[in-house]
Amino acid sequence: MAVKTRVNAPAEGKRDDREGPTIRVMATKTLDESEQIAPGAVNDAGDLNFAEDEVVFDLQSLSCYYGAFRAVREISLRVPRNKVTAIIGPSGCGKSTLLRSFNRMNDLVDGAHIEGSILYHGVDLYADEVDAVEVRRRIGMVFQKPNPFPKSIYDNVAFGPRVAGYRGSMDELVERSLRRAAIWDEVKDKLKEPGTALSGGQQQRLCIARAIAVEPDVILMDEPCSALDPIATLKIEELMRELKKNFTIVIVTHNMQQAARASDFTAFLTMGEDRAGYLVEMAPTQQLFTSPANRLTEDYITGRFG
Amino acid sequence: MASTPRTQALTGAEAVRRTLEGGGRVDWASRAFEAFLVALLVLTLGVLAWLLTVVFVNGIPVLAERGIDFLTSPLNSQADAAGVSQAIVGSLFLMLFVALISVPLGIGAAVYLEEYAHDSSFTRLVNTVVRNLAGVPSIVYGLLGLAVFVVALADFTGGRSLISGGLTMAILVLPIVIITSAEALRAVPGSIREAAFGVGATRWEVVRSHVLPYAAPGIFTGTILSMARAFGETAPLILVGAVIGGFNVQYDGVVETLQGRYTALPTTVFDWARKPPSFSGNVYAAIVVLIVVLLLVNALAIYLRNRFERRW
Repeated sequence: MAVKTRVNAPAEGKRDDREGPTIRVMATKTLDESEQIAPGAVNDAGDLNFAEDEVVFDLQSLSCYYGAFRAVREISLRVPRNKVTAIIGPSGCGKSTLLRSFNRMNDLVDGAHIEGSILYHGVDLYADEVDAVEVRRRIGMVFQKPNPFPKSIYDNVAFGPRVAGYRGSMDELVERSLRRAAIWDEVKDKLKEPGTALSGGQQQRLCIARAIAVEPDVILMDEPCSALDPIATLKIEELMRELKKNFTIVIVTHNMQQAARASDFTAFLTMGEDRAGYLVEMAPTQQLFTSPANRLTEDYITGRFG
Repeated sequence: MASTPRTQALTGAEAVRRTLEGGGRVDWASRAFEAFLVALLVLTLGVLAWLLTVVFVNGIPVLAERGIDFLTSPLNSQADAAGVSQAIVGSLFLMLFVALISVPLGIGAAVYLEEYAHDSSFTRLVNTVVRNLAGVPSIVYGLLGLAVFVVALADFTGGRSLISGGLTMAILVLPIVIITSAEALRAVPGSIREAAFGVGATRWEVVRSHVLPYAAPGIFTGTILSMARAFGETAPLILVGAVIGGFNVQYDGVVETLQGRYTALPTTVFDWARKPPSFSGNVYAAIVVLIVVLLLVNALAIYLRNRFERRW
């Protein structure tokens, strides 16, 4: 990624700014011409002023609790459609918790609850009448450790559509999903073999195929490459760039290069004194990595964290 | 050559070699401890081997002489005519009760506790109680069976009957079935549940399509072993009416059979052991039958576990 110097970066004068960071985050500042992306950069990100119909998730002062412990504090951000949004930050800052609140996966944890709201295409995901099962059908998830079912490759992909009552040709759907996950050529001759027999990188792409087989709207990825080698990691990143044409992707990653390479927008979280994670800033990836608005972000991305 | 002080920095291959060889020291403490452990193992296995030898040496001749007749003859006051047919039938019926009552109840309770119940002080209490129930001496279950099934529910059970014995055994092994099933369910990684929930499965679909099938080998193993436990129990059966002595079986129908008198293999062993010395061969022969059946059941459990075991 080309490093460029911004002429009038708002960050310059604000490095020592210690006021509540979440306020600044949502600042809907208009970006000037210096915001243009350097030629060859992968990101086509603009500003954070998304049109209403471009917003998939709209988090409004979202806090996540495990029992009495607040893991995530008052996060407000918007996730745009057909973009890759990365969530980065140090271990334990609530990235995964935040991600898992997007498809109500945390409902499965005893004592987990939220305050504030998550609007998904304008609908409050946590409203009483919303069915969490339906939410997860529309908002798929890929997990940190590849977790294929100990069943055949075919059944791994077919399970989701089956429980969703899919009526079409299952063979075609399985093939299409595996193709979209860029793993078809590697498994087309062994669809009856167990998914657990594949390599780690293949397993993770199988899990992606499984997630997209139910035709979701969003794919959440929770550190999908942390258990993979660099080559498998690059394959997944390539795949993400392809998938964002049809899906909105939110990815939690520990790997800042990955966020820089593969995402359009990046949100940086860190941990407060109360051990609750909060949002420091969200910006177009290019901007966040070249001229962060906040000192904490800069310290983190330059490795001076802690 | 003077020994090298430890503090001195070693240089050269010769110095390294001398250090690695340890100067020929022998670690006597380790060897002594290892010998002690081996002695303990030999002692334990020796007692077991001795027991089995006595049983088989005394039991096999009787079985060889009587042949199939020993397995098909009813109880009798004459040692050379007495057999274990009624005991085998009774024991099989008891296992049937356990299979039909404890297994579904126990698996159901385990699935509820592991997959559905929220972590509350109530479920923690239930878990503790179940664990403690598994450790309650079997004679206590015998007293419970006597009070409830034999006396209070006599109209239904027929008093000291196969039903009373079967229900008592079912309750006796229920906590064991729950615990082993719960452990098998816990062994299914949470990531598998998340994967299934993540594509929009309901809890029922997750349990039915993934958790239960993957836990099945463990659940089978546990239930088979608990049925083996029921097969070997003696004390509670004596309280709830397994017959000591002889009885005649007249087949009058299912209800009459279930409400009728019965005995079981371990009870028969107990009974014969108190009889005149002419019965001693029979005792050993009956024990051989009991041990062989239990070994077969355990072997089946091990086979099933290995056959269906999954690696995550």
